[in-house]
Amino acid sequence: MILHTLLDYDVLRVIWWLLLGVLLIGFAVTDGFDLGVGTLLPFVAREDVERRVVINTIGPIWEGNQVWLVLGGGAIFAAWPHIYAMSFSGFYLAMFAALFALILRPVGFKYRSKRESPRWRSNWDWCLFIGGFVPSLIFGVAIGNVLQGVPFHFTPDMRMVYEGSFLGLLNPFAILCGLLSVAMLVMHGGAWLSVRTEGAVADRARRFATVAAIATIVLYALGGVLVWQWVGGFQWTSPHLANGPSNPLMKTVQAGVAGGWLVNYAAHPWTMLAPALGFLGALLALLGLRARWERLTVIFSGLSIAGIILSVGASMFPFIVPSSTHLPSALTVWDASSSHLTLFIMLVCAVVFVPIILGYTAWVYSVIWGKVRPRDITHGDHAY
Amino acid sequence: MELDVVGLSRLQFAMTALYHFLFVPLTLGLSILLAIMETVYVMTGRPIWKQMTQFWGVLFGINFALGVSTGLVMEFQFGMNWSYYSHYVGDIFGAPLAIEGLMAFFLEATFVGLFFFGWERLSRRAHCIVTWLTALGTNFSALWILIANGWMQNPVGARLNPQTMRMEVSDFAEVLFNPVAQAKFVHTVSAGYVVAALFVLGVSAWYLLKGRHLELAKRSMTVAASFGLASSLSVVVLGDESGYLSSEHQKMKLAAIEAMWHTEPAPAPFTAFGLPDQDARETHYAIQIPWVMGLIGTRSLTGQIPGILDLVQLAERRIREGQAAYDTLQQIRALPPGSAVPAALSQAFDRQSPSLGYALLLKRYVDDPRQATDEQVKKAAWDTVPQVAPLYWSFRVMVGLGLFFIVLTATFFVLSARRRLDAHPWLLKVAVGSIPLPWIAAECGWIVAELGRQPWAVEGVLPTAVAVSHLGIETVLFTLLGFVAIYTVLIVVEMKLMLAAIRKGPRELPAPTPAHDVPLVGKVRAV
Repeated sequence: MILHTLLDYDVLRVIWWLLLGVLLIGFAVTDGFDLGVGTLLPFVAREDVERRVVINTIGPIWEGNQVWLVLGGGAIFAAWPHIYAMSFSGFYLAMFAALFALILRPVGFKYRSKRESPRWRSNWDWCLFIGGFVPSLIFGVAIGNVLQGVPFHFTPDMRMVYEGSFLGLLNPFAILCGLLSVAMLVMHGGAWLSVRTEGAVADRARRFATVAAIATIVLYALGGVLVWQWVGGFQWTSPHLANGPSNPLMKTVQAGVAGGWLVNYAAHPWTMLAPALGFLGALLALLGLRARWERLTVIFSGLSIAGIILSVGASMFPFIVPSSTHLPSALTVWDASSSHLTLFIMLVCAVVFVPIILGYTAWVYSVIWGKVRPRDITHGDHAY
Repeated sequence: MELDVVGLSRLQFAMTALYHFLFVPLTLGLSILLAIMETVYVMTGRPIWKQMTQFWGVLFGINFALGVSTGLVMEFQFGMNWSYYSHYVGDIFGAPLAIEGLMAFFLEATFVGLFFFGWERLSRRAHCIVTWLTALGTNFSALWILIANGWMQNPVGARLNPQTMRMEVSDFAEVLFNPVAQAKFVHTVSAGYVVAALFVLGVSAWYLLKGRHLELAKRSMTVAASFGLASSLSVVVLGDESGYLSSEHQKMKLAAIEAMWHTEPAPAPFTAFGLPDQDARETHYAIQIPWVMGLIGTRSLTGQIPGILDLVQLAERRIREGQAAYDTLQQIRALPPGSAVPAALSQAFDRQSPSLGYALLLKRYVDDPRQATDEQVKKAAWDTVPQVAPLYWSFRVMVGLGLFFIVLTATFFVLSARRRLDAHPWLLKVAVGSIPLPWIAAECGWIVAELGRQPWAVEGVLPTAVAVSHLGIETVLFTLLGFVAIYTVLIVVEMKLMLAAIRKGPRELPAPTPAHDVPLVGKVRAV
């Protein structure tokens, strides 16, 4: 097969780097509803019917949303095998904690209302809270560590060795990123609830989302200052070998470049649109919550999330996971992808299926759209 | 099996996979049964069929939730515990997993929500289509995961790239149309259908014994018995196909399943009973049926099936070839980056590289396979023999149960055709008691397929012991115990909810409208 040579290997790599962003944003924006709603559940809803209303706003769609995570895993495996292998084995215990929390979610949704017992239901409510809060925190902490560089290296036969510890992940900058992640997802989930519910629950959701939106802006700004002043960036220093093999050990890298993660913005000022979107989206969401723009608010909070994620990508390009202990081992766009042929085949699959997926997902959202009212819960036969 | 990082990682993978595979087969089959029942509802407009769809749908939902939870773990475990595997074969193995997400999981998960929440929001026809799309998504996911697994059993269409030190796709069509994957797909999906059919049959039989929900139970049994008969026939026939294919591609697996230590003159006999002894390298008290094995394995009277001892000899030769391949590989990798590989080296590597994986078997004993002693080579050759006794027994349990399912479903098929489903209470009791059996058969099938693949993660390419992540033993032990703990709690909860839902039974039908007010017996006939 020679069809794949129509597209340059490096071009495909950049496309798959963008698609990685699309996947992360797809996950954060759609499953972000569920993570945010889960985190808010014990606080915005006090008695049982209220809690069921909250759960049923995402009841019919959380499964589909979660597939963004599963697809993310599969697509990273297929397109960026080094990253799949390195990050999940390196962040092993953090990943275990995230999975443990996520395991509780599907069963929480499904099993919670199968029994009347208040204790049963309250236990599952806390499971749903853990299933929302813990992964939100951990994913942010992981990004915070990636920005600082991860302690790992490759042996000559490309076996990856992680040298850090679980507690080492919990450094101040990473925790800040974790809190930012929680804040933005709570803003998003709160905005969702303010549209899909009424009365006291919606009011509380608006209040929490307002606080979360402010926290998002503050933490994001603080993170930006730290990246500028404190977190050293990395720079690729050897000549770029066009369409080179995916072997990370063939380059040289320099660490501790002051403000290094901001170099891309200086070189390509248009990339500043990403952080601008991060701030502007959160700001507009804040206004929307006050002015009750409903659907628009959700769109703005989603745009803010997209902007924040894009800004991480834009800052680090071409790095994806830099190494703090063995610089050449860093995983980058140019040397951590799968083969030319696999990238091409996967691109064809993505081009065929992603529009179909977006189409039917939009249809399902339109079918279930509308306010969830207590009456729907008590009289509906199929509600959670 | 040693309890080192490799052993514990294997245990964790086996535990999470076997556990996940408790829920998947029921989802596979029940989703199709739901779609069939709802189609009858849309075509006939009889409310009882809607009631059936909704009732079995409740049980489907309880089961589905745990399938989703445990599936999540599977998606990330390769990276977590098998990072060298992920690096070494991710270029090929990752693709079907990603396509599974794109083509199957989204379809299944997006529409399953509407299956439960869409009854009042969608027209009958639209809801029925939603149910079919859910079932389709579920079954597609089995297709892609078995293409991935089929490649581990028979790695086609890929070759090692010395520059990246990993396997890369050379022919994606070969990966897709891998005959092992195709046989496995139909075999596994059919097994899932049998699980669901016997589940529906057994629960309905319990209702008949209790004299409850008779109309729902009888109709459900009719659907389950015919569906179950077709699928159990398909499981056995296509299981035979898998056996034939493994005689081509995984000779050691076949020999171990049969506990066949020596190459027998063709056509080889089938050992109906015996006690395999791995240390003595023989099978005690063997009772053999002449010819049968040769016929299954080679479909001829003259084809020979090699025994374990001969295969070990062969493995030893291939390890030595592999050492040469490893040496050539290191020479190629030592060239300065960007320089052309001399033709002599690249030709030598093309010739030797099919055996490269065998050299990696030596990594357990020595860092550089080229330095291995003669004794280490012999030891590594013996490592290619999987654990014979568990394979031997799992296979026999699986086949025995498979044959029993044909008899059981055929019996109920005949009874249902003669409208005598409740004629023999003892048969109903057998049906109730048989509910767990297809699960046992399915888990045995997993053991045969995956334990039989050992010591390879990817047959002939990458040994399991090399595939593992760089992790501490306490770390893996901790997560293993963590998964065991949460899975144990969840399965208890799930079983309780299942039993409660079964005890509660279906929701009562709304008062019949005149159009449907026909005698119930007549309705059974009409269907």
